[in-house]
Amino acid sequence: MQYLMLLSSAPDAWDSPDAPQSEDWGVYTEALIEAGIMVSGAGLQGVETATTVRVRGGERLLTDGPFADTKEHLIGFYVIDVPDLDTALAWAAMVPNVRTGSVEVRPVMPDAEAARVDATAAAVAG
Amino acid sequence: MTPLERAFREERAQVVATLARRLGDLQLAEDAVSDAFAAAAATWPAAGVPDRPGAWLTTTAWRKALDVLRRDRSAPGVAVEATMPPAPEPGLRDEDDLLQLVLTCCHPALAIDARVALTLRHVAGLSVPEIAAGFLVPEETMAKRLVRARTKIRQSRISFELPEPEVLGERLASVQAVLYLVFTEGHLASGDGPAVRIELCDEAIWLTRQVQRLLPDDCETTGLLALMLLQHSRAEARHDGAGRLVPFAEQDRSRWDARAIAEARELLATTGRGRVGQYQIQAAIAALHAAAPTTEEINWPRIADLYGLLDRVAASPVVTVNRAVAVGRADGPRAGIALLLPVLEESRLAAYAPLHAAYADLLERAGDDAGATAAWRRAAELSRNPAEQAALERRAARAPRARPPFRHAKGPHRRK
Repeated sequence: MQYLMLLSSAPDAWDSPDAPQSEDWGVYTEALIEAGIMVSGAGLQGVETATTVRVRGGERLLTDGPFADTKEHLIGFYVIDVPDLDTALAWAAMVPNVRTGSVEVRPVMPDAEAARVDATAAAVAG
Repeated sequence: MTPLERAFREERAQVVATLARRLGDLQLAEDAVSDAFAAAAATWPAAGVPDRPGAWLTTTAWRKALDVLRRDRSAPGVAVEATMPPAPEPGLRDEDDLLQLVLTCCHPALAIDARVALTLRHVAGLSVPEIAAGFLVPEETMAKRLVRARTKIRQSRISFELPEPEVLGERLASVQAVLYLVFTEGHLASGDGPAVRIELCDEAIWLTRQVQRLLPDDCETTGLLALMLLQHSRAEARHDGAGRLVPFAEQDRSRWDARAIAEARELLATTGRGRVGQYQIQAAIAALHAAAPTTEEINWPRIADLYGLLDRVAASPVVTVNRAVAVGRADGPRAGIALLLPVLEESRLAAYAPLHAAYADLLERAGDDAGATAAWRRAAELSRNPAEQAALERRAARAPRARPPFRHAKGPHRRK
């Protein structure tokens, strides 16, 4: 079962003594890979670089900034493959920014998971 | 109780648990068990009750579940048995299954309302209309809440396996919170609430007994069971003939359930080896109240100490209010008021009726009759329980000098 972990933090959280150090991210990602559960993941550029797109009545509307004006912003994500929610939650509790920010854990739709595998197989076969 | 009713009470949860674990699907398990009970109702009266009703129900429910799974397999001719989970051994009572079912229903990833609903539906076996009536919400709302919760369990794959030992404590804390919430809801309704709400107390005690039986070494679960028994032992005495709420201090102690109190004491005597927690402390306080033959003989200094401990283990403004009452009895009303003042200044508890009732009682005993009357009124305005509201209004109306002479008239800390 795949789970998406959406990582969020408030900009001022980085000043906290509990804020993650840059090497923490490498250690954590390395742990996911070693456990054989890492599917994908990435950190994101700052929220000031975000552009939100909507199409309304055939017209494309662009907004400078994130889709929702919240205190915490999306800073990155991981997709992991583990047997159940408790395992996913245990990993989420170790994400480097979790002591100052938050991690939302969402199961990936099984169909989407299967489609991704199919696409990979097609790519390999092609 | 007919054999079928007894089987429903004693076996149902275990059968649901056994199926849910093997199927990984709570709804499928629940439906199959309902079908099995329908089959029992149809055949037992004529054919007689099986030697082992639980085994009979498990086997029958399992067959019903397989029928559903076979019907649902889209491709005909697929070897169904090959992909089926292994059948439970007939007659095997794996009590870990029951514990797992409770832990899954009370998983902290679910909203507390959903945990309560799932536990009452699938472990206690209450119907959706019963649970809806118990929590004063429309039936449709409760049905939707259950569907949403089961969907989350299935889609996010909340496990039906026992958690790792290092998280068992966190998981049990959630179970205890759910069970105590069910109990409190029933307790609130006592007196003039509908029977289905009052019966929530019995359901909570029954559920807690099951968990305590499975985990006799978990001191907090034992403490919780003792606490419920002690609070429930006063159920009869909490109301007079007219259904009016009788304040704790004025209750007829001979109407307290002595057997429940004795059982709670025995349970408490087995705790204390493990980590002390909020339920054990609250039960110890309730036991001290129960042990006093009269209101005048309550060991307030000891109770005040226990509230001090509770304030450290599980600090909350509500605990501080109770502590202030105890300290007010032990060290005089001024000491109690001093503890209460910071809470009164906090807006969070401004609408909490017991806060104002406690303040009123302390003011009254400190000799501030005008302040006391105002605080009693405020408490009455805020109370949501009609019986309690009536009792508070009587206190507000009662002139201090007209109080019955036995009420703390000779209390050592009374200042006038």
